[in-house]
Amino acid sequence: MSALQRFVATFLDPDVATRYAPQIFYGLLVTFAIGLAVVVTGLGVGLLLAVLRAFGFRVVNAVLIQIVDMLRALPPLVIILIIYFGLPNVGIVIPSALVLWMSLSAVLAAFAEEVYWAGITSIPAGQWMAARSTGLTFVQTLRFVVLPQALRLAIPPLTNRTIAITKNTALGSAIGVNEILGQSISAEAFSGNATPLTMAAILYVLLFIPLVVASRSLELRYGRGAR
Amino acid sequence: MEILVHEFFNLSVMARVAPLILRGLIETLLLCAFLVPIGLLGGLGAMLVATSKYRFARLAAMAFIDFFRSFPPLVLLIFIYSGLPFAGLHVPATLAICVAFLLNSSSYYGEIYRAGVLSVPRGQIDAGRSTGLTAWQTFLYITLPQGVRNVLPELLSNTVELVKLTTLASVISAPELLHSADLARSLTYNSSPLVLAAIIYLVLLWPIVRVIRRLEHRLGPQSAR
Repeated sequence: MSALQRFVATFLDPDVATRYAPQIFYGLLVTFAIGLAVVVTGLGVGLLLAVLRAFGFRVVNAVLIQIVDMLRALPPLVIILIIYFGLPNVGIVIPSALVLWMSLSAVLAAFAEEVYWAGITSIPAGQWMAARSTGLTFVQTLRFVVLPQALRLAIPPLTNRTIAITKNTALGSAIGVNEILGQSISAEAFSGNATPLTMAAILYVLLFIPLVVASRSLELRYGRGAR
Repeated sequence: MEILVHEFFNLSVMARVAPLILRGLIETLLLCAFLVPIGLLGGLGAMLVATSKYRFARLAAMAFIDFFRSFPPLVLLIFIYSGLPFAGLHVPATLAICVAFLLNSSSYYGEIYRAGVLSVPRGQIDAGRSTGLTAWQTFLYITLPQGVRNVLPELLSNTVELVKLTTLASVISAPELLHSADLARSLTYNSSPLVLAAIIYLVLLWPIVRVIRRLEHRLGPQSAR
């Protein structure tokens, strides 16, 4: 057997690929569902927190900033393991997929809040004054004047961060979530062949390359062209 | 309440596992002391190729950067550590970690440097060249320092991400802080070791996150120009 044939038999065996395709396809669906849920929850909660911060309640903001900083400093796998292994011992049992979703959503919300907030603070004070002097209320100003502009500025950094955190759905394999990586590791163990891992790698790239490429064009369109 | 304290903040458990955790912390620090510099250097290399004057080299570097930005680091790590042995190539855990995280972090660092270098106005380069500096000197003394300064918050924040990334090594049972903590958890049937590890990560990284917040504020769009 030539080196190339051996390589193909180890990493790209068509028999192994067809045998485990359904299992890994199921993993793809799980990854996609959890990833989508994380993006929606994380970006949504992050936006709510940034709006809350705009109201300027001093105590609320002080607490908010500490929690956000904490979530930015903690490795996501540490959060996942503490929730997954700790809560059952105090009588709260949460399915692993839910643990993954909650942890990653919290992390994304923290990063997103920070990005939205940077967008909001970069809107010149004159915009606020002009809007308020036309008779808009504080909430209306935020909703119709400030946020639309702030969100545009937030898009490029937000996309990058969202991709980075959504890729962490692979961490689910450490707590037994049946996502792509988890499925392909078990398929690899059963088949004694590395093909399932190659399939997982290809699927991840297919899933995320379009997002990374899209983030580049978003950066060109909304990015800090001036900087 | 008591049950929560017993499970998550059990001081006697923490004291018992402290030596094990300390050993893990040292491994993590060694790992970071190696990974951060080589990541920064690798990123510099990726950026140099990605901004070179040869179109093909630029495209290849951009493909490299985008590929590893879209590849989950854990998948990369497991592919290297448990996939390559099937091809008869046994990779020690530490080497697998270094290769996987070098590829991942140099693509992220590379993209950040690139944004920084491209943010330096063209006039700076023209001015540098017209004072008689060579292209390379202009890059080294004018473009690079200003470019790095412009993306300092991003560089720092990626370094925090890299330190957080080392926790993935625990998945392939390589010695590091989270692995020690998880081992201690399974030995004591108690989550306090994990909380202790979380506290250590906070002590290490929280101050850096605060610095990033300050820098972002200072270098932000309003104050910059």
